Parts: sequence; structure tokens; C-alpha cells
Amino acid sequence: MLLNIKDLTVAINGKEIIKGLNLQVNKGEVHAIMGPNGSGKSTLAAAITGRDGYEVTKGEIWYKGQNIVGLEADERANMGIFLSFQYPVEIPGVSMTNFMRTALNAQREYRGQPNIPAGEFLKLMEEKKKMVDIHAKLTKRSVNEGFSGGEKKKNEIFQMALLEPTLAILDETDSGLDIDALRTVAKGVNELRSSENGFVVITHYQRLLEYIVPDYVHVLSDGKIVKSGTKNLALDLEEKGYEWLKEEAAV
Amino acid sequence: MEKDTLQQTQTLDEMLIGQYRQYKELISENDTPHLRQIRENAFQVFEKEGFPHSGTEMWRHTDVDALTEDDYVHELKAPVVTENIEDIFQCDVHDFDTETISMLNGWYTSKTGDLKTMPDGVVVGSISAAMKAYPELFEKHYGKITGSESNGFVQINTAMMQDGVFIWVPDGVKVTKTLQIIKIINRKEQLFVQSRNLIILGKNSELSLMHCDDSVDHQASLVNTVTEFFVDENAHLELYKLQNLNDNSALINSTFIKQMANSTIKTNTLTFNCGLIRNSIHVKLDGQGAHADVLGLYLMDKEQHIDNQIRIDHNVPNCTSNELFKGILDDEASGVFNGYIYVARDAQQTNAYQNNNNIMLKSTATINTMPFLEIYADDVKCSHGATVGQLDQEAMFYIRSRGISADNARMLLLYAFAADIINEISIEPLRQRIDDMVKKRLRGELSVCEKCVLHCGTPDKEYHFDIDLSQI
Repeated sequence: MLLNIKDLTVAINGKEIIKGLNLQVNKGEVHAIMGPNGSGKSTLAAAITGRDGYEVTKGEIWYKGQNIVGLEADERANMGIFLSFQYPVEIPGVSMTNFMRTALNAQREYRGQPNIPAGEFLKLMEEKKKMVDIHAKLTKRSVNEGFSGGEKKKNEIFQMALLEPTLAILDETDSGLDIDALRTVAKGVNELRSSENGFVVITHYQRLLEYIVPDYVHVLSDGKIVKSGTKNLALDLEEKGYEWLKEEAAV
Repeated sequence: MEKDTLQQTQTLDEMLIGQYRQYKELISENDTPHLRQIRENAFQVFEKEGFPHSGTEMWRHTDVDALTEDDYVHELKAPVVTENIEDIFQCDVHDFDTETISMLNGWYTSKTGDLKTMPDGVVVGSISAAMKAYPELFEKHYGKITGSESNGFVQINTAMMQDGVFIWVPDGVKVTKTLQIIKIINRKEQLFVQSRNLIILGKNSELSLMHCDDSVDHQASLVNTVTEFFVDENAHLELYKLQNLNDNSALINSTFIKQMANSTIKTNTLTFNCGLIRNSIHVKLDGQGAHADVLGLYLMDKEQHIDNQIRIDHNVPNCTSNELFKGILDDEASGVFNGYIYVARDAQQTNAYQNNNNIMLKSTATINTMPFLEIYADDVKCSHGATVGQLDQEAMFYIRSRGISADNARMLLLYAFAADIINEISIEPLRQRIDDMVKKRLRGELSVCEKCVLHCGTPDKEYHFDIDLSQI
């Protein structure tokens, strides 16, 4: 099993947001997590990737046979966990090229590999840029600085393609995307899907799941998974909204 | 050496006043009557007012009381240098070909004479030699650019200055090779060092100048430098100041720049290390169409103190100015930024921009940042801004989420913050060298020797020179 979350409780400033959550992701699977605003979707992403301030008060997060609760964010990344941000951060003064080369070399060092030669890195960048149809000049600019909303999201997928994670968490990657950008992003994700990696796709809407077809769909409500099913569950949600699930859960 | 006449238990101003009275003839031996009068006037003001102190408004945040109450040796004669001085002054900015002007403990040192004319016509040399050779230039500019509003440090420098650098770029001369003033402090005793520089750019001329303040060992010193620049019509000046002194040193640096029509200047003050630094830069835009870029970067830690006092006078219409100072303060370091923009009554169409950004790495570091605009014209664009903050935690997580360690993420962000200033260095080999120094400084890897842009090769070697007091 790639990811096994057991009875997880997460608090921010003492307030519990995730309240006893269980989730299993195997290699080769795509899991969609849906749910209304404030249900804890982004908190779950932050807890898996090790963001400061998100305190795991109970439960365990097992990844590749190790409980990663307490590990630093960079160590989790080096173990192959990637987060595509809902709001990618602008970093003026740090060029995309420099940022990605530093990141890739950090990950290679963690795995005991030598730094990637400059020529090889540039070739790799060119190849991945094509995959997400990212404009050549964007990689010369500072990280996300002055990028449009769509460019920022494409840039997240570009970074994912370069770093080749085993577990990728896409946090509302579809928000703010027009249909063309959505297709490009989905195409990138689908090309990266393999029997060796897993995806957790967090989204509000069923629309993204037409392009990235999930193996499982989970509904998160008030910090817990209240329903799990196949891709058809997403269609039900699109049609009926989340209210019926809350009622069902209350019964 | 007879120490009793130099090292006393008096305060510094008492000692200097005594020295002036006793050795006035020696101090002013190269003066024209005009200069002698300037000296005398400055001395009288200093005698009355002394050094600024903690109660002086403009010095409220920079405590110089402890400095001016300490004991110093103040040399009134140039040291006899027994080592090959050119060897100390080797700059290791690779591929960076400069014309070097060396100053040791405030005294001009050169094997090739005190004043020389380069093939392109630029005159470079000791100010004491130049005042005899070019009395008309001194009459016209010397002591004029500092203006009347001055403080005790400028007054005592004017009263007792004996040496410094003189550069005259005649009309139409474009100096292709960067000139580099390297000032080294190296002495066993605690020194008080003064130097006075006069730099004149004629019409349509160009000069790029590096001014490096360095110390070789850990001995304490107080350096008081005054530099006057006259930048004539359509002349262009680039000035880089590199400050790397030891933690026991204090540097009081007063720079005055007068700009005529359509001239441009760009100053970049890069402070890497020093116990206490006060940089005062006063730009006077006196000709229409003049432009000034006044930039700076300071990286301070431990208990170091940096004070940048920038004043830009828009005295005539249609001038532009741009100030940007960025600083990173760690540990118990403290900083002051005072950005003063003055726009005279008729200086319409002024465009003045000012910004000061600070990153505080620890809560024990402090900064006082004070923008101050005084505007008497109505058709002007002036903006100012100041930020004081910690590292952006969102950005930290973003970088770390890609596998980059916390230390390296911090480095990336700090470096990116500083890069705004570094990228303004237009001499590429110098930019690369500064870039490298900033990285090392941020990583805490600058060794005592590497702090210096010079490559001494033998940092443990001592250089000996003594004053022969019998000749005074």
C-alpha cells in the first residue's frame, strides 16, 4: 500500500479540522476527494505534506511502510510526495530554472544520486515543458511571478512532471482554469499516471474528473470521509449536491 | 614611539582640539590660504560644538558616545611602509581589471608618485599633492559641496584632514577602466583615521569608481571619511562602496554629491561587516534633467549597527531620483534608515521614489526606518515605502514542499531578496564577486580573510610601520 491514513485527527491552533479520517491509496490508483467548503480537504493535503501549524493530534499517516507524522516537509517531498498547490506562491528573485534544479538535486541527493548535469537538466526541462504546453519563457522568469492563474496551475504540473513523485496530491488544481487549461493540466496528469504511482485529486467539481478519471471517489464532510464509491459517485454529487449525504450520514 | 603625546585619557574631541592647536602648521603644510581658512572655520565650529552625541536628534538611533569617549592614536604623519604595499592591495575580483588607489590607515600610498595623469587624461592621486597642483579646482569645489549643514565628524575632518584621494576626470573623458580606492586599516593600536576625498567629473565625462573599506586584522578603529563629488553637465558617475571591516571597527562615512544638468549617478553601498557604520549620502540635484539612483544592501548580525542617512535635494525642476535600500538583520543587530527627500519650491516635475525593505531574522534584531518628505512644489511625484518583516512562511513551505531543506529554502529567499540590489551592479565580474560574497555571508561562511575583497594571500603576516615622532 502506498498511503494508509489511520484514524487521523488534525488541529489548527487547537481547533480540530480533520476528525478521525481513514484513507488507503494503492500504487496505480487515482482517488478523488470531494466535499463542500470547509470540510477539511486542504487541511488533509497540508497534513500529508507536513505543513507547519497543522498538528496531528491523533492517528497515523503511513507512506511506503513508514509513519511520516513528524517528518519535515522537505523530507516527505524527498520520499516522493508532491503537492500541487491550490494557490501557488510567487517567489520574486528565484528563477524557475534555479528553483527546479535545486529541488531535483536535493531529491537526487536524498536518494544517493549525483547532481544532474546541466545539459541533461535542460533537456529534461524542455521535454516536460512540452508535456504541459508551458510557454518557454516562463521557466526563465521568477517562480510564479506575474504568471496568470492558468499558468500557475500548469507550472505546478510541470514541476510534478520534473520531480516524478510516487504520491501526488492535487489541491483544487481545477480552480480558476478555463476549459483549455483544464484539458492541458489533465493531459499532463494522465501522462504521468503509472502502475508505480498514486494520485489524490482534491476538487469541488465533477468537471475535472471527466478528464482525470478516478478509480475511487470519497466525500469529505466535517473532517471525515462520509461516503466512498466509484467515479459514478461524483456524478451523483454533481446532480444532488452534498446535502443528501449529510442527511444520510445523520440517519 | 612616544605614546604619551598621542594616547591620552582625554575624550577624542579634546585630544583632536589639542592636536590641532599644537600641530596646526604640520597639518596645513600643503594648504593654500583659501584652504587654510576653510580649515580654521571648521575648527572653530568643531571647538564649539564637538561631536554629535546621543542627545543630537539626527544621531538619536546611532550611539556614538562610546566611540568618541574612547582612546585613539591619531597619526599626523604618513607611516613609513616597510613592506611592498602593492602586494597587500591585490584585489581578487577575478578578471576585474581596475586601476588601484591604495590607502593605508588613511594615507595615500603609491610607488609611482603622489599624483599622476593617466594616458586618457584622468588625474589621480593624493589630495594633499593635488591641492598644490590644482588650486583653482580646489577653490571652486573643495568644501563647497558639503554645504553649511554639517556635523562634528564633517567639521573635524575638514579641520584636520591631511590626506585622501583626488580624482579629476576632465571634460569629455570617459574612463573605461574602473578606478578602485582600497582603504586598509592595519595597526596594533586603536586608530582614529580621517580621510578626505575630492572627485571631480567634468562635462560629458564618465567614471566608474569602487570604494572599499577593509580592515586586515581585528584591531579596533574609528574611520571618519568625507568625500565630495562634483558631477558636471551630462557626466555619468557609478560609485560602488564595499564595506567590510571587523566587528570592533566603526566607520563614519559622509558623501556629498553635487549634480549639474543631465548628469546621472548611481551609487551602490554594500555593507557586509562592521561594528558600527553610518553612511550619510547627500545628493544635490542642481541642474535640470539630472538623475540619481541611490541603492544599498546591508547584511548585519551579532551586535553590529548600520545607519544609512540618505538625503536627496531636488533643487531645480525636472530631476528624478530613486532610492532603494534593502537589509537583512540577524541576532542583536540594529539598523537605521533615514530617507529624506527635499523638493524646492520651483522644482516642478520632480519624480522621487524611495523604498527601504528589511528582513529581520530574529526578534532581537531592530530597525528604525524613517521616510521623510519635504515638498514645496505642487507638480511632483514622490513615493515612499518601508517594509519590515520576517521571511515569508508561505514561500518557505512552497520551497520545502519540493524537497529543498529549510536552510536552503531560507538561503534562496534571502538571496532573492538581496538580488534586487546585486543585479544593479553593471560591472559583470564585480557583480559575480559580490553575488558570491552575499551567498557566503548568508551561509555564514565568510572567513575573516574572505570578508575582504582583497586577496592578501598571507593573512597572518603583519605589516609594520611607525611614525617617527622626532620629525614632528
